[in-house]
Amino acid sequence: MKPPRFAYHDPRSLDEALALLAEHGDDGKALAGGQSLVPLLNFRLAQPEHLIDLNRIGALAGITRRAGRLHIGTMTRQSTLEHSALVRDGWPLLTEALTYVAHAQIRNRGTVGGSVAHADPAAELPVAFNALDARFRVASRRGERTVAAADFFVTHLTTALEADEALVEIEVPPTPAGTGHAFTEYARRHGDFALGGAAALVTVDESGTCTRAALALLAAGPTPARAPEAERALVGAGVDAQAATEAAARATAEIHPTGDIHGSGEYRRDLVEVMVRRAIELANERAVSTREAGRSANGASGG
Amino acid sequence: MERAVADDERRRVEVEINGESYSADVETRLLLSDFIRHEAGLTGTHVGCEHGVCGACTVQLDGEPVRSCLLFAVQAHGRSLRTVEGMTDGLADGELHPLQQAFHEKHGLQCGFCTPGFLMSLEPLLLDERELSDREIREALAGNLCRCTGYQNIVEAVKLARERVREPAETPPSP
Repeated sequence: MKPPRFAYHDPRSLDEALALLAEHGDDGKALAGGQSLVPLLNFRLAQPEHLIDLNRIGALAGITRRAGRLHIGTMTRQSTLEHSALVRDGWPLLTEALTYVAHAQIRNRGTVGGSVAHADPAAELPVAFNALDARFRVASRRGERTVAAADFFVTHLTTALEADEALVEIEVPPTPAGTGHAFTEYARRHGDFALGGAAALVTVDESGTCTRAALALLAAGPTPARAPEAERALVGAGVDAQAATEAAARATAEIHPTGDIHGSGEYRRDLVEVMVRRAIELANERAVSTREAGRSANGASGG
Repeated sequence: MERAVADDERRRVEVEINGESYSADVETRLLLSDFIRHEAGLTGTHVGCEHGVCGACTVQLDGEPVRSCLLFAVQAHGRSLRTVEGMTDGLADGELHPLQQAFHEKHGLQCGFCTPGFLMSLEPLLLDERELSDREIREALAGNLCRCTGYQNIVEAVKLARERVREPAETPPSP
């Protein structure tokens, strides 16, 4: 359980890090919080010749809101995101998702960008970012590009990042007024990898009619996929128990989770369906109550 | 034959542990947990699973509980660490830190292997001014595995220690 030898680099700037990534290509690996990579090294499932540690690049960490959009530096610790009031107020789906991420000691070290770049389909943050239509800013010596969440996750542990590229920042658009959120998950023990889960955002108008929905599935396939058909089916009416049940069935009709010792593929499919239904119901409940709170606040100021 | 260690696979590491400075030339792949035990000679930090699951190797890096088996020693260069040995710094010989004393009184340990990790994870709760529910205490210790006691007595120990630290007894108990 000891890692293989590697040449260690601890660049102090992004430019320096990108130069190292360009130089070492497939022989190099960026090290963020290390909460997934170091176990892989300890098991010798990964054996990079060069490890490029991003932890000493202070400029890569930080949470800001600019023009209404949330900007999260790739090296922001998960615990920092979890305790950010800015995030809790504007993007509470992220706060709720983080309560399911491993344990406090792991979140103290684990980074937001590391979780995204690792792209484990059972990881919570990629699912939440996908539901939020986040965009990932990626840099290399060749330049910068921005990749939508839908295009970023290619398959199990594989992203659109090229060997010389680093994820630099995650940008999350604001959610419309009247939006409720929910993140649901089931794991054998709290903090274990999820057997199934879902992220939901439901937006309702003053009358309670759903005007927009976003659903992303956790541990349901090789990537944190959205469920566009089910999202469309929710729009145009109030979300009642039947609508939530039907949308959950539609969202999971085509998924084929892999079975393992903790549950067969069929069990996991059914589990994800239940998690999606509960996420829709809770998100809708929260959306309706924000509208009600808005009405009573207006009533009070008008009277 | 094993190849020689290349120059860029070694580093000089200087770390402050419990207020004392330790330095050594180490391989870059050396885990922080192994640095603490074998280079600094502080064997109170225990090594269990070496892949971040069991929590036995938990230490505090600049005050925050982290897994020392998921960090390389080179990453702690210039940083400040606290290990279980630091908990009794400044106390009389044989005297225990309030959290250790509470673990003892509430039977929060049996074999003791996991205990240093629990203590490092839970010590920050003693400084937390908020009222904490049992659930919050359980969440704070969820990242540490104990295979002997179960967790109930550990939760009780945290509550006892918090009571004592937050509201010191007005009159000391009679001997």
